[in-house]
Parts: sequence; C-alpha cells; structure tokens
Amino acid sequence: MKIRLLLILPAAVGLLTGCVNVQPWERGNLADPAMDTGRAPLAGMMAEHMWFSREAASGGRGVGGGGCGCN
Amino acid sequence: MNTSSNKKHNNIRNKLTAILAMHLVGAFLATAAPLKEGDAFPDLHQFGLEGTVPDTHGKVVLVDFFASWCHPCQESFPAMEELYQHYAVKGLVIIAINLDKNKADMDDFLKSHPASFVILRDAGNKLVSQVKIPTMPSSFLLDRDGKVHAFHRGFKGDETRKQYTDEIEALLK
Repeated sequence: MKIRLLLILPAAVGLLTGCVNVQPWERGNLADPAMDTGRAPLAGMMAEHMWFSREAASGGRGVGGGGCGCN
Repeated sequence: MNTSSNKKHNNIRNKLTAILAMHLVGAFLATAAPLKEGDAFPDLHQFGLEGTVPDTHGKVVLVDFFASWCHPCQESFPAMEELYQHYAVKGLVIIAINLDKNKADMDDFLKSHPASFVILRDAGNKLVSQVKIPTMPSSFLLDRDGKVHAFHRGFKGDETRKQYTDEIEALLK
C-alpha cells in the first residue's frame, strides 16, 4: 500500500501542478502570428477535406491555437 | 476487504482530496480580482520600476498597463496622448507601464507610437503581479487621493475613449 501511495502522490502532484494560468501579461509568445493555426484558410480547408476523404475524420479543429486574449 | 485496508484507502483518499483542494485554492488565488473602485492604488515607488516615477500628489492619474505585442494597446496610445495633451494642464498625469520581456520591444513600440506622457517599465512584473490585471491592456483611473475611481478592462476604441473623457472631466472639476 505504501508503494502505491508513493506512486500515486507524486503523479497526482505532478499532473495537478501542470495546470497553470498564463497571466495576461505573459502572453507575448501566444500573441505571435506564428501561433495562429488558421493562418492559411485555404490550406486548412484542403487538409480538412483530405482527412475527411481518406480517414473519415472531421472536426476537432475549432479551437484557437494562439492569440494574446487581449480586450 | 478488511477494516484496516478500508482505513488505509480512506487515508489515501483524504490525502488526495487535500492536495486537490490546495491546488484549487491556489488556482483561485491566482485569478483573484483586480483592485476595486475605492481601493488605494499601490505606491509605485515600491516596485523598482524602470524610469522616473512622477509626483502624483493631488493629481488625477491614469495608470495604463501595456505591451508591444498587444494590438488594443497600439490603439490606446494615440487616444491617451490626445487626453494627455488636452488635460495635462488641468492636472492629469498619465503613466503607462510596460510589461514586455525585452526592453528593445518597448523601444520599438514607442518609436511607432510616440508618447509624451510618462512611460515606466515593470521588468520584474512585481507591480502587475500585485495588481493582477485580468487582460491587456488594463487601466486604472485614480482620483486626487490616489484611490481607484474607475477600472478599464481592455481598450475598445471610441467607447473607452469617451469613458476616459467623461471620467477625467468629472474628476478634474
């Protein structure tokens, strides 16, 4: 039981501390245009079409990848 | 499963619950609300800001937090410059506090967005960590007693510009 506890506790602490809030003033890197996943809308549509046609996969691309979250 | 094993399980569960609770409390504290209206704004001399902190005694002060990568900040600078040119003689002080990691980024920003009001730099993020602004840019309008009269979250063009003007005129009366 002690061994299990020794395994669970560090894992729990490690996983929980992985959740951090990026403060508004620390979002300079996120604001970089390179972080935007939708920079090439046409290429994105083509990739989406290809994945749907070949792998029957669609969706899951609606989450923004970057931005400073300003205003 | 015997009673001893149940106790041990409960013990583990309690410990894990305590850890989770501590993290939730930490997350809550990390997202604490910014200063409220009527709160005294911290003394800017305490935070080792780069630049010269002006004398704000008895003045109406607009404290703005900005960074070069923040697009609404770029829009806010001409508006603040206009306000400063118009109201400085009546007792308005504008202090813009830069939060860029690199000073060179701030310098480039100021070349393209020149300002005659005071620019300070919170390089160590000591002030902003205490004030805890919720977004970029954020600004506090302080009355002549150094208390927060109004808080502005973001800069929304003419809407924010009008709010600034109305509030500053009311405070300068």
